Amino acid sequence: MKLESKVPSGPIESKWDKRRNEMRLVNPANKRRYRVIVVGSGLAGGAAAATLGEMGYRVDCFCFQDSPRRAHSIAAQGGINAAKNYQNDGDSVYRLFYDTMKGGDFRSREGNVYRLAQLSAAIIDQCVAMGVPFAREYGGQLANRSFGGAQVSRTFYARGQTGQQLLLGVYAELCRQIAAKTVTMHPRTEMQELVVVDGHAKGIVTRDLVTGAIETFAADAVVLATGGYAPVFYLSTNAMGNNVTAIYRAYRKGALFANPCFTQIHPTCIPVTGEHQSKLTLMSESLRNDGRIWVPKRAGDKRDPRQVPEEDRDYYLERIYPAYGNLAARDVSSRAAKRMCDEGKGVGPGGLGVYLDFSDAIKRLGEGVIRERYGNLFDMYERITGEDAYQVPMRIYPAVHYAMGGLWVDYDLMSNVPGLFVLGEANFSDHGANRLGASALMQGLADGYFVIPYTLSNYLAGQKYGAVAASRPEFRQAGEEAQERIRKLLSVKGKRSVTSFHRELGKVLWEHCGMERSRGGLTKALEIVPAIREEFWENVKVTGGAKELNPELEKAGRVADFLDLAELICHDALAREESCGCHLRAEYQTEEGEAKRNDKDYCFVSAWEHKGPGQKPVLQKEPLEFETVHLAERSYK
Amino acid sequence: MNLTLRIWRQRNAQERGSLVSYEAKDISPDMSFLEMLDVVNERLIAKGEEPVAFDHDCREGICGMCSLVINGLAHGGRRATTTCQLHMRHFKDGDVITVEPWRSRAFPVVRDLVVDRTAFDRVIHAGGFVSSNAGGAPDANALPVPRDDAEKAMDAAACIGCGACVASCPNGSAMLFVAAKVSHLAHLPQGHPERAQRVLGMVHQMDLEGFGNCTNHTECEAVCPKEVSISHIAKMNREFIRASVLEA
Amino acid sequence: MSRFARLCQTSIGAKQVMAVTGLLLFGFVIGHLLGNLLVFAGRDSLNGYAHKLRDLGALLWVVRVVLLVVFLAHVGSALRLWRLNRAARPEPYAVEAHLVTTYAGRTIVMSGLLILAYVVYHLMHFTLGATNPEYLKLMDPKGLPDVYRMMVLGFSNAAVSGVYIVAMILLGFHLSHGLTSFFQTVGLNHPAYNPCFKRVGPVAGVVIAIGYISIPLAVLAGLVK
Repeated sequence: MKLESKVPSGPIESKWDKRRNEMRLVNPANKRRYRVIVVGSGLAGGAAAATLGEMGYRVDCFCFQDSPRRAHSIAAQGGINAAKNYQNDGDSVYRLFYDTMKGGDFRSREGNVYRLAQLSAAIIDQCVAMGVPFAREYGGQLANRSFGGAQVSRTFYARGQTGQQLLLGVYAELCRQIAAKTVTMHPRTEMQELVVVDGHAKGIVTRDLVTGAIETFAADAVVLATGGYAPVFYLSTNAMGNNVTAIYRAYRKGALFANPCFTQIHPTCIPVTGEHQSKLTLMSESLRNDGRIWVPKRAGDKRDPRQVPEEDRDYYLERIYPAYGNLAARDVSSRAAKRMCDEGKGVGPGGLGVYLDFSDAIKRLGEGVIRERYGNLFDMYERITGEDAYQVPMRIYPAVHYAMGGLWVDYDLMSNVPGLFVLGEANFSDHGANRLGASALMQGLADGYFVIPYTLSNYLAGQKYGAVAASRPEFRQAGEEAQERIRKLLSVKGKRSVTSFHRELGKVLWEHCGMERSRGGLTKALEIVPAIREEFWENVKVTGGAKELNPELEKAGRVADFLDLAELICHDALAREESCGCHLRAEYQTEEGEAKRNDKDYCFVSAWEHKGPGQKPVLQKEPLEFETVHLAERSYK
Repeated sequence: MNLTLRIWRQRNAQERGSLVSYEAKDISPDMSFLEMLDVVNERLIAKGEEPVAFDHDCREGICGMCSLVINGLAHGGRRATTTCQLHMRHFKDGDVITVEPWRSRAFPVVRDLVVDRTAFDRVIHAGGFVSSNAGGAPDANALPVPRDDAEKAMDAAACIGCGACVASCPNGSAMLFVAAKVSHLAHLPQGHPERAQRVLGMVHQMDLEGFGNCTNHTECEAVCPKEVSISHIAKMNREFIRASVLEA
Repeated sequence: MSRFARLCQTSIGAKQVMAVTGLLLFGFVIGHLLGNLLVFAGRDSLNGYAHKLRDLGALLWVVRVVLLVVFLAHVGSALRLWRLNRAARPEPYAVEAHLVTTYAGRTIVMSGLLILAYVVYHLMHFTLGATNPEYLKLMDPKGLPDVYRMMVLGFSNAAVSGVYIVAMILLGFHLSHGLTSFFQTVGLNHPAYNPCFKRVGPVAGVVIAIGYISIPLAVLAGLVK
């Protein structure tokens, strides 16, 4: 299979203009005759549904939550990047493009990333116009901050709730279209299958989560904007409902899954307190500006941290990386923390945590200054742990945060299945092997507001509207597949709960395919995961019935897909014999533990092709060509 | 610690529900309230009983999905806390905890502790937006917004739409929710062109949905996990009077 | 439909009616109290004041009709909103708990209904002469209707005074929540003035109740005879 990125030729600054000028348009009078399905209502899906509705298409939008306002984009705290250069500090489209490429460790597609940087400014304009209350200066101008180690201040923010405010803006626009009847919203509805007719994506099968009814929807194109799959690790900073089901089932219908092993780990999360833990809460990385990270020198030292004298403490980041100290890159500091805990020096219940100590900063600056800078984070920490971090050091531990991998898409954000478009975190396109802070929100909105309106129209212009009806046998067949799957899950009637399998899977994946991966570990994981899956299908216990609100059944369907995905992730991690971005292969690192890339052999996107249940997926490669940037060693030293 | 839970069980919207008692043994004070329910559910599953259905998603206090009335108080009644961030250390060994769904005519029970809050969406459909199509926006700095106005707008916009205001109001009123959106957009110049039709439309829809009206108990403000102030209700009242009296 | 009727049909519009009529009734309550307190200035002052009021003739009737309309609007609107609020929460919580709401706030409809019942009795007692027709025949030495005597006679009855005192305590309760609510309902909310708005209801409630109650107490104590 030859993967064509369809990135236009010519200078990078004019590629998107060139592409837009070539694209076909749909006659305004005909737009209302085309139906489009959008699955997901976060920044990417919500913006796409609202904008396509504004354009006049008839849109059906689906989400599994009770309202489109709850999509997990809402939880993004930090901000959104845009190359506005409002601060006159030397920012430009090129710099944002370059930072994103470098952040992704040169494993993303130049053309896509450049377009993202170009569109970033229009996103801010659009969001302000729809009433997003971004932070302002006293003169009324927009405020910016520097974020994630960037050397310019290009991050726009709304307190620590930027994702929420952007999502509510998108939600409001979506509501306007729902009221205008261009968009029909289907909340509490989950996609079960993609329907492919004559090679084109022409519909989906859904389950109404309240009544359990299986329904089919036919359309002229399908847009998936279903977010990331970090909960494959069981514990992550993602919402409980985030899942891979929509894109995984599209993968089973022929869409390629790109770079599945690229999953980002965030170093500053509140640690696990026990087996009951269901989710991890992220705390802003800015804490590392003033906190010092340490563990006791002696393994198993269970003393109160305040009683541990200076000489018994190991400020390991300061010791190993003297130049960067506590501000060492995300993946470097995450791995160091894990290593300390593996050596038995971890602190807190379960021994999975390291101290982030503010006592020196409080001594130096006074509690007032620390309270002013981080007061709300300290409050949140206290709400969750019951500890006062002004008195006792905080405990932190890394957690899975974001999935850079996703379905393979071309420059138009269309997958290899014509008519199937994939937006936001669900696709693989813009973040390479690691995502820069404050770029996820940017990508979701760029895809939904400014890319899909053009590229989808271009596709539809070549299609006869309403060409495929839901009466086609492909729909009935996909509906039966969905029914059969549910019947199978309910009929196992085994002994173990769905969650117990999910937890077990998460531990294996975290251990062998988390922050550090090795040939041995991955090979082992590839033995364990299929065994867990096998047991799942023989011994899972799903209570309740198919024709009612049944959260256990929903979970079971998602975990079944995670079990498959986990194997795919391990295959991908094993096949990529280099370290890049978040993907650190133990065999390929420098002495300081920095990733060692192999540009000669691995400068490609790994796109996996499903070959049927039980078959090993086949690796397809899209070579990455760099016309504009020079591949440089990533070094934050 | 060991607790006794009295949980509202209701099979679906049609059947009657009732409180059912469960023993929750060996609960860790580090668990969140929802993790405690997870544990109870796991044990129910092990016994072959149906677990308790409840809404939840982000579990970090921002999505607004979780919605439990705990001992008569929405989200348990702790300051600025959603149910998902309420931790068991605030309870004592031997406590009897009653868990009920949001109660409101406008929020019918779907199952157990899950309610249907689409009434909130319909209120937003009636005007909770700025009509601004993608593509035509002027430069973001073209329209300065005084910092104080932006901050006040943000105070209101912080609403997560969980519905605790309705659940806690003795009148089942949604005034705080509706006011948060009206006030957010009324504080920004972008919201001004549509301010009259927005407040009239949203209040009309709020009444149609069967929410009660405000008699200034201020329970809503006290339980609001985002501490949205009732000053926004006063702002909405002003907007409403202005629109009713002045607009054509 | 007229703009006003449309407004009154919405919940917020009905609340505006409550607020505005409530404020007018509060004005009446103050005026009535000030008039009544003339009882402490002696028979001539009170009877003279009452006479002047009756001399207003047609204007008095205008005031009476307006008062009646305002009163009915206040009560009617309250009952309608109360009914809607009851319907909005058809199923009560098994455990009822509150964080901040006041007793006066929760019982405002009850206190209002009891005050309504009292007002009916009060009118029959003193104004219409339905319960005690002899009151209306009392004349003072100057030949004016003897309101002073009527008060003293009326409140000499401990049961009548008791009912009156209870009603005035309820009125105080009613005002303590109602008056403070007034500001919020008409949109007056400002951090600088909110503490004042919050206090004005309870303070006014206490002052008004004490003012009214002082009269039967004075009569019973023999200070006014």
